[in-house]
Amino acid sequence: MRSMKYILKRILQMILTLFILVTILFFLFRVVPGDPVSMYIDSGLDKESQELLLKQYGLDKPLLEQYIIYIKSMLRGDFGNSFQYGKPAITVIGERFWNTLVLMITSLAISLCIGVFGGALLAWKRGTKIDTVGTILVLAVRCAPVFWTGMLFLSIFAFKLKLLPLGGMNTPGTNFVSLYDKFFSADFLKHLILPALTASLYSAATPLLVMRSSMLEVVKEDFIELVRAKGVKEKKILYKHAMRNALLPVITVFAVQAGFAIGGSVLIETVFRWPGMGREIVLAVSARDYPLAQTAFFLIGTMTALFNLIADVLYAYLDPRVVIN
Amino acid sequence: MEDAKQSLNNLFKILTRNKAGFIGLIIFTVFLIIAIFASFIAPYDPMAMNFDDNGAIKRLQPPSSSHLLGTTWMGRDVFSQMIMGSRIAMVVGILSAICVVFIGTNIGLIAGYYGGKVDNVIMRLVDIIYGIPFLPFALILVAVLGPGIKNIILAIVLITWRNSSRVIRSQVLTLKNRTFIEAARLTGASDFRILYKHIAPNVLPLSLVYVALSMASAIMTEASLSFLGFGDPTLSSWGKILYSCYSSQAMFKAWWWMLPPGIAITLLVLSGFLMSKAFEEVANPKLRER
Repeated sequence: MRSMKYILKRILQMILTLFILVTILFFLFRVVPGDPVSMYIDSGLDKESQELLLKQYGLDKPLLEQYIIYIKSMLRGDFGNSFQYGKPAITVIGERFWNTLVLMITSLAISLCIGVFGGALLAWKRGTKIDTVGTILVLAVRCAPVFWTGMLFLSIFAFKLKLLPLGGMNTPGTNFVSLYDKFFSADFLKHLILPALTASLYSAATPLLVMRSSMLEVVKEDFIELVRAKGVKEKKILYKHAMRNALLPVITVFAVQAGFAIGGSVLIETVFRWPGMGREIVLAVSARDYPLAQTAFFLIGTMTALFNLIADVLYAYLDPRVVIN
Repeated sequence: MEDAKQSLNNLFKILTRNKAGFIGLIIFTVFLIIAIFASFIAPYDPMAMNFDDNGAIKRLQPPSSSHLLGTTWMGRDVFSQMIMGSRIAMVVGILSAICVVFIGTNIGLIAGYYGGKVDNVIMRLVDIIYGIPFLPFALILVAVLGPGIKNIILAIVLITWRNSSRVIRSQVLTLKNRTFIEAARLTGASDFRILYKHIAPNVLPLSLVYVALSMASAIMTEASLSFLGFGDPTLSSWGKILYSCYSSQAMFKAWWWMLPPGIAITLLVLSGFLMSKAFEEVANPKLRER
């Protein structure tokens, strides 16, 4: 009961956050230097047609009224038309959304594995060369700019060794009959490897370090000594007893990491020319296609909020003290 | 003055006594010295195109004695760009870190100390800011307000104060019920005095953790924005070097152009991370054994 109330509260908070995000965006784009007429409407037009267009876009109304119209249409799922593509922004972003999601989920799954097993390994080998070298390596990966790591990988694996494609999501000219086909073809998977690897190495670093220190705590506890005294094999102690108890802080930090990963997709997708939301937002902002940028930002914000919500709920579930406070 | 000297001394001690902190401090100091003397070290104007004797642009020349790190596609000297770039990284890193932690610490102090409605309102605000995807927001803000180093710092500060304020607040919550605060209150000390004379010094190590971390993240953010093409158009920052390298499509041929900026960013971010570890051990002594 209490936890249901907590979750409900968090969902309401999430909706409020999104609402405020949308509001900030609306006003941010309205303070752009230069009026919308000069930006969106061809200056070669005569005065009358300019005003006609303004009316069509609803830009002649007062700001507050524009805002209300904007919120209303957004609730109906209408995010306006993209200037570049000439079709609804939500349609354009809708396609990109899946591309981003597939890349993100793949890399997050890989990074969770690397984080949990890598951290456990380093803790298990504490004080040895493996621990020292491993920790330094992880720190270096964590501190290197992710787009630069991507550039390095592209140079090595795509350009020098010619093992993998140089970017994009599929070889130009390929057509897919279905969505399944698109995401499960060998061609797609080949394109997925480098961006997924880069992103997962980057987001594995923090969970890995947390797992390592959490494991160091756990192995000091008495029950591990007890299990060892019973004659259980070291490997089994590691996997069955120690790791399981060290997971809690990793899960929470990982959910937060997932939220960051969405923001980071802007960089990964740009380096690998992956046609996702992150790259689209960069292109849209550069081309001053504000409806498209707004829509992409709104969806990225929604995803971040969802991940934060999952993180909090998960945390509350794993550590019930949170709810009471 | 004496106080300031004392705390600077303490700061130095914290960093030199801890192995990670010491390495971090050394890396940071080296970059700081390079940044201060950048205009004396850089042999060329970083934005100037260099020509050979026949008047042709020196395109993509590998490292040589006249160009220590070779040249770019436009014939610019990479070494000079790197040296001048350290200045931008330092300015962005230090300025943002100070602003971020100053705001975050004060907000955390006020929210934690006054509690009740004040705390509630501030913490909901922090929650909302946590919901903003940082990089996409910074990108839009910089694009809307115009690319430039000031707007980049503004975008960083507007968002990242959230991290320190939340942690400082919970530290204040545990501090404010301690006996020494109670004692100060009984002697008639004002709220302001209690907050800044008695509580603030105790959260200082924690603030320092965030100074180091914010510096690292600000440098990374500036590099990322510049890489995406939203950097200051008049300056050659490390991120912008990578941007021109990437967009010229020459990155596969010119390792001397691609490697140095990445290594420099990694080292400087690492130094912030290592120093934060040293401060963290002071703020949270339980960590010291690890």
